[in-house]
Amino acid sequence: MITALILIPLIGAFVVSAGRFRYARFIALIFNSLAAVCAFLIWQKFDTSAAGLQLVERHVWIPSIGAEYLVGVDGLSLLLVLLTTILFPFALLAQKIERGACALMLVMQAALYGTFTAQNFVLWFLFYEMSLVPAFLLIKIYGGDKRDRAAVKFFIYTFLGSVAMLLGFLGIYFARSTFDFAQLGDLAKSGPLLSGKIAWLVFAGIFLGLAVKVPLFPFHTWLPDAYETAPTGVSMVLTGALSKMGVYGFIRLLLPLFPNEIKILGPWLLALAVISILVGSLVAWAQTDLKRMVAYLSINHLGYCMLGLFAVSTRSTSSLIDMHAALSGVFVQIFNHGITAAALFYFVGLLEQRRGARGLADFSGLMQRAPLLCGWMSVAMFSSLGLPGLNGFIGEFLIFKGSFAVAASFTAVAVLGLLFTAVTFMRAMQSLFSGPLANSCNAIIDLSRDETFVIVPVTLLMFAIGLAPQFLFNIFNTTVVHMARLFA
Amino acid sequence: MNSIVDHLWLIPAIPLAASLSILSLNHSRRKIASGLAIVGQIVALGMSILAFVTTLQTPGFRAFQNFAWFTFGDQSLRIGFVLDPLAAAMLVMVTLVGLCIFLFSIGYMSADKNFSRFFAYLSFFSGAMLGVVIANSLLLLFIFWELVGLASYLLIGFWIDRPSAAAAAKKAFITTRIGDMGLFLGILWLYHQSGTLLFYNNGGGCLETAGLLGASATGIALLIFCGAVGKSGQFPLHVWLPDAMEGPTPVSALIHAATMVAAGVFLVARVYPIFSVGAINGVTPSLTVVVWIGVITGLMAALIAVAQFDIKRILAYSTVSQLGLMMVSLGVGGVAAGIMHLLAHGFFKALLFLGAGSVIHGLHHEQDIRKMGGLRSRMRITFLTYAVGMMALSGVPLFFSGAWTKEEILHATSQWPKSHVPHYLMMLGVVLTALYMTRQIIYVFFGNRERDAHESPRVMTMPLIVLAICAVAFSVVLTPAWPWLDRYLLGESVHVDLARLISPMLITSFVLVAIGIGLGILFYRRVASHDRQADPLETAQPMLFRFLANKMWLDEVYARTIIALCKTASRVFDWFDRCVWDGIVRAVGSLGQISGIFTTNIDERGINAGVDETTSGARGVGRLMSAAHSGQIQTYLGAIGLGMLALLILYAWLG
Amino acid sequence: MTLSILLIVSAALFSIGLLAALSRRHAIFILIGIEMMLAAANINFIAFWRFNPQPQPTGVIVAIFAIAIAAAEAAVGLALVIAVYRHYRTSNVDQLDQLKG
Repeated sequence: MITALILIPLIGAFVVSAGRFRYARFIALIFNSLAAVCAFLIWQKFDTSAAGLQLVERHVWIPSIGAEYLVGVDGLSLLLVLLTTILFPFALLAQKIERGACALMLVMQAALYGTFTAQNFVLWFLFYEMSLVPAFLLIKIYGGDKRDRAAVKFFIYTFLGSVAMLLGFLGIYFARSTFDFAQLGDLAKSGPLLSGKIAWLVFAGIFLGLAVKVPLFPFHTWLPDAYETAPTGVSMVLTGALSKMGVYGFIRLLLPLFPNEIKILGPWLLALAVISILVGSLVAWAQTDLKRMVAYLSINHLGYCMLGLFAVSTRSTSSLIDMHAALSGVFVQIFNHGITAAALFYFVGLLEQRRGARGLADFSGLMQRAPLLCGWMSVAMFSSLGLPGLNGFIGEFLIFKGSFAVAASFTAVAVLGLLFTAVTFMRAMQSLFSGPLANSCNAIIDLSRDETFVIVPVTLLMFAIGLAPQFLFNIFNTTVVHMARLFA
Repeated sequence: MNSIVDHLWLIPAIPLAASLSILSLNHSRRKIASGLAIVGQIVALGMSILAFVTTLQTPGFRAFQNFAWFTFGDQSLRIGFVLDPLAAAMLVMVTLVGLCIFLFSIGYMSADKNFSRFFAYLSFFSGAMLGVVIANSLLLLFIFWELVGLASYLLIGFWIDRPSAAAAAKKAFITTRIGDMGLFLGILWLYHQSGTLLFYNNGGGCLETAGLLGASATGIALLIFCGAVGKSGQFPLHVWLPDAMEGPTPVSALIHAATMVAAGVFLVARVYPIFSVGAINGVTPSLTVVVWIGVITGLMAALIAVAQFDIKRILAYSTVSQLGLMMVSLGVGGVAAGIMHLLAHGFFKALLFLGAGSVIHGLHHEQDIRKMGGLRSRMRITFLTYAVGMMALSGVPLFFSGAWTKEEILHATSQWPKSHVPHYLMMLGVVLTALYMTRQIIYVFFGNRERDAHESPRVMTMPLIVLAICAVAFSVVLTPAWPWLDRYLLGESVHVDLARLISPMLITSFVLVAIGIGLGILFYRRVASHDRQADPLETAQPMLFRFLANKMWLDEVYARTIIALCKTASRVFDWFDRCVWDGIVRAVGSLGQISGIFTTNIDERGINAGVDETTSGARGVGRLMSAAHSGQIQTYLGAIGLGMLALLILYAWLG
Repeated sequence: MTLSILLIVSAALFSIGLLAALSRRHAIFILIGIEMMLAAANINFIAFWRFNPQPQPTGVIVAIFAIAIAAAEAAVGLALVIAVYRHYRTSNVDQLDQLKG
């Protein structure tokens, strides 16, 4: 089932790139919906009351290095699979897209499915790196100005991180001779995986690899350039799904395998998360390019995730309710940020298509010409700034609830991030939507029917999560309980 | 009996649903839009009255309905709705005032092209506000609280093409959000300490177990108070409220006078048990802070109001000042008095704002009181109702609701054991209130200036009349002789005691009001009859007047300090990001580049060079040799000949 | 009639032939020059045969071979010149430098 999920987009990529279809995007969307059916079936088969991996497929692959083909889902994996499934059609519909780009997007989708379901490090790393290549090519070939620089920076930076992580894992393999996540987790629970300086080196390597991917301050500088330059759909996927690979890696690898190191470094890691939050929102405030602004806010939002995670894992004294809150908050935030940030990029893309520019100063008084566009865009913005009733609030409330118990002062500072995010969005709304209609914006048209069809389901999802989030929590509640027990 | 409690959620839900259906309607369906909004409001009013009647059955009635919102991990987050006297009284006030304002808006906004959107926002606001009132969970309250903030953002910035409106909306949202962040932290802390955010839950709610909070109660209370400071326009976060007058006047009436700004006071009253944890003689550190913030706000705003010329801004500062008064009352322990003043204030301040709206409408959107005057005869209904509102606000005794509630508050402050300063400062505030209201009414209505003004249509004057009646009739339940509302809020039974009607405090407040109005008439009596005369206070104290007219330069101070600091921080971080962090990355990158260039050079100049030289030497020799092969056979022949000759000579020479 | 006279005549003939082969631009004249040089060689063979004290027929035989070969060479040479002329429309050897290095 999961193998089929991974293979469908790959086959789609071959079909799209081999055939000379005129409607490449249409074909890609067909494969997307096939994958969606597959993901939906997995969701149906998934037993939400059982902890641990489900729908496991295990085959011998390269026995000499302990690499197995091992895929399976738990609540977290399923959540991310569903997120990927939602994001890709959304991203493909965001703009006119060439055949090659369609194929690359499908390859990336397959790689993401693989990353989120693989349970063996070698396999996981294969998919992890596989996602990097299409992302690089998409930025390099289809990006905007400065694409060469941004693409190379993105590739080298993240690749360097991956190499560090690979070395770290080789270190673990030589000491413990397994690449299986579950086995490693059990080993780590019974005693430290490694000892002495090696442990710190390995920890540093893996931490670096994941921190670059998330990204965590100060490893974030590839992000604004890459997001700014990438085409709309690619930015949506980069922020919506690719950045989640980092968070996923933290949850799946670093936190279970290195509990002691994280406890020792706890305050520093929390400080990094809080700095990410503050710097992300403050720098976003200073941006005049809308896409860059959204990019920096991504750093801010992922900072909340990291705050929650570090809070869970730094103190063993925290009570179960706080751990549950923080973990659930992180999971919800992962999902929320995926759809909300993607929606924001989508809207920025729409504005850019209409106006040919995306600076704050390029627009004024849009509300008079395009009330629907402004209305739906405001929803996405309010969701992102954490307005109750929309999805963003749920995740942030739970994360703060969980982290407050452990690190009240860090949380108090992090709350400032919410304020600066609000300031950033208010400033953007003021200069985009209100005021007198600028001459240059006279030709801007409102949302077309097709665009409305794209954005309404996503917005409805935001409202659904904001008002009645239980359906989302059902996916991962058992996993949360299980993980909390693991970390406690 | 409990059916109303089971369906309590419908009270906010119906206006919210009305709002959504209006938004999904076509823009041009104006009648349907306003109809939907008003029907929604009427239903909400009906249900509120039903709820109110329910609470009358037993003193201290309290019913709640809790349910799990969602489950995270194996914990569930519970929220709920509560109906108690506080909520019921607020419900009726909000829906009643809201209905009047909705009706008024039909006339006031009749020419606006975004008429239906306006009603959608109004309904949305009303729903959110009602949600705040009946929430039985601090989290649910916060959710509606933020939605109220959103609604006020949308309504203040309703005239989107005006840059000033957009700026005011932004300012309102951000300023209140500063307070809300404090409230948010307070919620987190409270949740951490008490393990629940439900107010009442059969003895398990956070208010019922507030005593267990211990030392952290002060911190939690102060953080919650931050939210109230933001929303209720208390010092130092009051700056958004006067700017919010950029919105349409019904909005000012609904949001910035009657309901939303009162939410802060309501919040403090709602979580009062947390504020009073560990009270000695009713004094706790958190309540002391509330008192002093209230005193500063009340006095400062009253002073500023004296020097304003915009009819709505005067009322805005008056609102800020009255909210300060309510906070003081809560702080000194007069919870019921504060809430009573809140309710009474809701009626008469909405009346004043709507009256001001009627004046503005009649004068074709003129808001400067110096350009008004002599409207007494031209706008008779507006004048009469406005005068009722003014007297209620100033606290003219016996017949006007404001008088009784102010007297209660003054009484409560005089009982405060810690200090008498708030009491005297509040007395000064009462004088100032009477003064600036007299000033305003003289400027606007008196004198004999001829103006091209017209009375507003009936749809606008009817709400004025209803509200004026409310402002007067409301005093029936407030008098000390039959302090029904007071006891109702406190959950006690009530008896009539006519002897307590005339208390010393009543006489004191009568004197204070008389001083205020007298001073007003003394200062401004000539303004009315003379055209374009400078404000008498301005001529007497130009420096002081400028100080007050410029709102004590607080906006400027904020702009130069906090805002400038944050902006600088954001720019510095941006610079850091572009130059330092990215610079490090680029430096590492260029290190790689440099080493690349270095190795390339070794390769090219060192190893490759030998091979290259050999090949190029061979090529040069070849080129040289090929030059001899000219293709001219005669040359070859000649060469052969020469060669033979040379061989011959050699042979001959060698012998 | 002495050997030296014959040798002088032969050397003169050879030199004239060489001069012709080197200086004329027309391929046929060069061929004629070559034939003259061959003739000079033949004279040498005959002269040395005639004045040899122990007469052997070697010189005559070599001369006869040389004459036959010269005839064949002239035939091939002329054919080449005609072919070259047909191809390049010239028989001026200065212009025939296709084989230059």
